[in-house]
Amino acid sequence: MAPARLAPGAAVRVRPGPPEPHCRTPFYLRGKAGVVEAFAGVHRDPSLLAYCRPGLPARALYRVRFRQRDLWPEYAGAADDSLVADIYEHWLDPVEG
Amino acid sequence: MDHDHHHGHDHDHDPHAPASDDPLPAPEDAALETAIRELLIEKGVITAEDVHRQIDVLDSRSPALGAQVVARAWMDPAFRGALMEEPLAAIEAAFDVAMTGGAFPALQVVANEPGLHNVVVCTLCSCYPRVLLGVPPAWYKAAAYRSRVVRDPRGVLAEFGTVLPADTEVRVHDSTADLRYFVLPSRPPGTEEWNETALAAIVTRDCMIGTALPRP
Repeated sequence: MAPARLAPGAAVRVRPGPPEPHCRTPFYLRGKAGVVEAFAGVHRDPSLLAYCRPGLPARALYRVRFRQRDLWPEYAGAADDSLVADIYEHWLDPVEG
Repeated sequence: MDHDHHHGHDHDHDPHAPASDDPLPAPEDAALETAIRELLIEKGVITAEDVHRQIDVLDSRSPALGAQVVARAWMDPAFRGALMEEPLAAIEAAFDVAMTGGAFPALQVVANEPGLHNVVVCTLCSCYPRVLLGVPPAWYKAAAYRSRVVRDPRGVLAEFGTVLPADTEVRVHDSTADLRYFVLPSRPPGTEEWNETALAAIVTRDCMIGTALPRP
């Protein structure tokens, strides 16, 4: 079982990556920078489970927080407004500080 | 290549097309569900009783359970602490209702507090904390809500009659994967003397999705 490689507070960027079947990484987050809020356990890979495969290797899941203004250039709400999404580790690249 | 070959279905099917807002399954989807269910029963993979038992479990959940959980969390700090740490186990112990054991996905409780308001969506499909709220409303599954609340949450909340001050952070939770999100609203002022039953009565379904605030 894969341990969590990313600690809370780690700066990350969502991979632009090619779509995979039954992908759980929304398109609007591709390439966006965020911060790991929490480790959310290790889960069997839904992109494989959807095709009746065992879903292995299991993937570490993180709750990742993004600033709305980093997601949408035209965002008109408050500067602190944020969005949290659950992203699997193989979709995240660490960002060097 | 045989250009005259016909597959008997649409060739312009776009796998990334937005999901339909139609609350009823298409006739072909309904026929597919029936066919697969009957095959699984015929081959002994599941029984008709399994199907009905699972429907009963889903039907037994409604926002009333969620409202009780919120009211208890407002009254009892120890329960609130347990709820934030291990929500399914805490609710099972406090309300004598089956929550753990794998029938339902993991639950993540997100608490509103002064300066922070949480709202939940599933942009990819319609993941919803059914274990506590039952069947989701049609608007939660509609493309309009799912596509707009992530990019204009304040505008969408205002349409629900929920206008938040600019110095309150609005945090959208997109339940993309294995967690289901449940909003623990803040206890409104003026309810200090209320008992748990009265408190539960003002906690609506929308308060626990995050599109509304409890009003005394």
